[in-house]
Amino acid sequence: MIDMMEQITRIAGVNPRKCMRCGKCSGACPAYDEMEYHPHQFVSMVENGRIDELMRSKGIYTCLSCFACVERCPRSVEPAKLIEAVRCAVERQQGMDRLRPEAVPGLLNPDLPQQAITSAFRKYRK
Amino acid sequence: MQRIGVFVCWCGSNIAATVDVEAVSQALAKEPGVVFSTNYQYMCSQTGQDMIQSKIHEYNLSAVVICSCSPRMHEATFRRTCEKAGLNPYMVEIANIREQCSWIHKDRAEATEKAVILGRAAIAKVQLNAPLTAGTSPVTKRALVIGGGIAGIQTALDIADAGFEVDIVEKEPTIGGKMTQIDKTFPTLDCAACILTPKMVDCAQNEKITIYAYSEVEAVSGFVGSFRVKIRRKARYVKEDVCTGCGLCTEKCPQKKVPNAFNLGLDTRRAIYIPFAQAVPKVATIDADYCTMLRTGKCGVCSKVCEAGAIDYKQKDEVIEREYGAIVAATGYNPISLAQFDEFAYSQSPDVVSSLEFERLMNAAGPTGGTLLRPSDGTHPKTIVFVQCVGSRCDGAEKGKPYCSKICCMYTAKHAMLCREKYPDTDVYVFYIDVRTPGKNFDEFYRRAVEEYGVHYIKGMVGKVVPENGKLKVRASDLLDGRQLHIDADMVVLAAAIEPDKSARPLATMLTASMDTNDFFTEAHPKLRPVESPTAGIFLSGACQGPKDIPETVAQAGAAASKVIGLLSKDQLTCNPCVAAPNEMMCNGCSSCEKVCPYGAITYVDKEFRGPNRTTLIRRVAQVNPAVCQGCGACTVACPSGAMDLKGFSNRQIMAEVDAICL
Repeated sequence: MIDMMEQITRIAGVNPRKCMRCGKCSGACPAYDEMEYHPHQFVSMVENGRIDELMRSKGIYTCLSCFACVERCPRSVEPAKLIEAVRCAVERQQGMDRLRPEAVPGLLNPDLPQQAITSAFRKYRK
Repeated sequence: MQRIGVFVCWCGSNIAATVDVEAVSQALAKEPGVVFSTNYQYMCSQTGQDMIQSKIHEYNLSAVVICSCSPRMHEATFRRTCEKAGLNPYMVEIANIREQCSWIHKDRAEATEKAVILGRAAIAKVQLNAPLTAGTSPVTKRALVIGGGIAGIQTALDIADAGFEVDIVEKEPTIGGKMTQIDKTFPTLDCAACILTPKMVDCAQNEKITIYAYSEVEAVSGFVGSFRVKIRRKARYVKEDVCTGCGLCTEKCPQKKVPNAFNLGLDTRRAIYIPFAQAVPKVATIDADYCTMLRTGKCGVCSKVCEAGAIDYKQKDEVIEREYGAIVAATGYNPISLAQFDEFAYSQSPDVVSSLEFERLMNAAGPTGGTLLRPSDGTHPKTIVFVQCVGSRCDGAEKGKPYCSKICCMYTAKHAMLCREKYPDTDVYVFYIDVRTPGKNFDEFYRRAVEEYGVHYIKGMVGKVVPENGKLKVRASDLLDGRQLHIDADMVVLAAAIEPDKSARPLATMLTASMDTNDFFTEAHPKLRPVESPTAGIFLSGACQGPKDIPETVAQAGAAASKVIGLLSKDQLTCNPCVAAPNEMMCNGCSSCEKVCPYGAITYVDKEFRGPNRTTLIRRVAQVNPAVCQGCGACTVACPSGAMDLKGFSNRQIMAEVDAICL
């Protein structure tokens, strides 16, 4: 789990240990009542290695990515970036492919830039 | 060749745990010139010092190398030790094997090797040391205190009490500083003006104290014991010695729409004003930015009503020059600008105020006469939200300060308590991250606000304030209850971080006093020399050194005064003999050294030299005033011909050290 924690902080590029538990993120969050884990809890859970619970949480998809918490955080912990990192981690799980190579031809569409398929494939195929 | 003794200190386990001290003393014993080498547990102890002295006699040592802690710590100690044994104190060299070696290395072999190399460098240097004799310089028995707040006032009163003359320079028209704007003081709730104004009057009446109000320090030269300071006395357009302070002009002046700085712009004053009733000196000042007479030449009402004839529209700034033995910086603090914290809507609603503005709104001499009213509509606020740590404890450079401002927890508790006491029907919320109340009777005070006065303390932070239909919609987190709060508040009070006054940075440059990255003055030692600047003769008082409350400021002011008194009671000061000296035969008169000297210690003279064939020629050469030179060495680096050298740190000595390390 420690590795997972390192991976999350590396993807997010922020250090949850800088958090001083002021709760300004949760004071600013417009989606607070919709999330089972609130922004400040998120930071503390990443710091304590409780990544599994976060990855199973529906709340990570309720986050609006409005970045109010990123803007207001006085310690540059930037909770939304951690939430985004957990979302990435969910998508990048081994054996949890969401896009298979054989599905790609069917998705090809002359109006769609091919780069979109390529990057989606890279992102979801692990 | 010197007869050198080497003494390696264990510093208990500080050095010995990482450095093999026995190996170091054995290795250094083999260096050229070393006739004795040993190691001991605590070289700075009485036993250690006695050993050094006895070995100087026993081995007839001519120079001593001590491998120990930083010279900043004990160089003076060991110099004194050796001087008592008959050695010139400048024949002692310290190799720093603690801060620069044992404390920063983990590997014993590596650290031991480095300690040997550092010792070898010190031995190479001491081979070239020459005995130096320190001169003396006189002490001007007068002190300058820069800043006339409670810190400056207390320092000046204490120095004057010891019988020395003190001048206070204050940039505002009156002394008193921030404390004059504060309503009540924690934790006893006595009125700030009641305890401050008697001290201001004491300053004015004390024969030893001269107050230069509405004045600023413009230039500082000289050194400890004899500073020369230029003070700009800004034009008040009122003769200070003629004005009686009757205040008639401030009532008749037709220019009524000047933002009143004393009330932080919450009301207006006239263009000619006395900041507040108890101002010292109680003299009117014309605000040149707003005075119609000064701007257009048409008005002159104040001059007509002044019975004393004190108005002088032609007054000019005056620069005076004074000499001082010691200077105290007491430049104080200011709350930070809240413009960049727009989430709290400070610039969107007049009902979002800073804590200092709140002090004025509660004060009997304030814009509302002491009744708490909303600035927007003059109604009583029923729900008040206090937000702590606004701009304090922030990471990242773009907004806020990394430090705790220290005073906000207590004054917010005071504000909350006073609100509940005066207006029991008010709901008061305080949002805190931590409540920090170390100090005598401080935590009891905070608990009283919660337990007796029913202030709602909520662990969490306000995320957003939106002004809407005359209310302030506050969204905040309650971390202990695990919920987000939505409060319709009438007023929001922001406990803004405090920062050093903007005048501190240029002043530090003038004083060559060091500052930290937050522009607080740095003390000579964070624990043991808290009121002295590392620059000799410069002392620190109050919040210019770091955030502090009134009791702490007064204590520090007294401490700074006692240091000043200690300095001024001396007739002579011993100079540092490690000063620059030019080799006149090599000097080509280029002025490079004069230009880089930060102390103005170098001048040029035309001097007669003997030329070939009984001729004489006049050459322009550098001269160093040893009393002014601080031995920084900038000139020795700048000199293109290598004529300038620093006694005790000559180019040859430094090259010998480098060779000992590299060869």
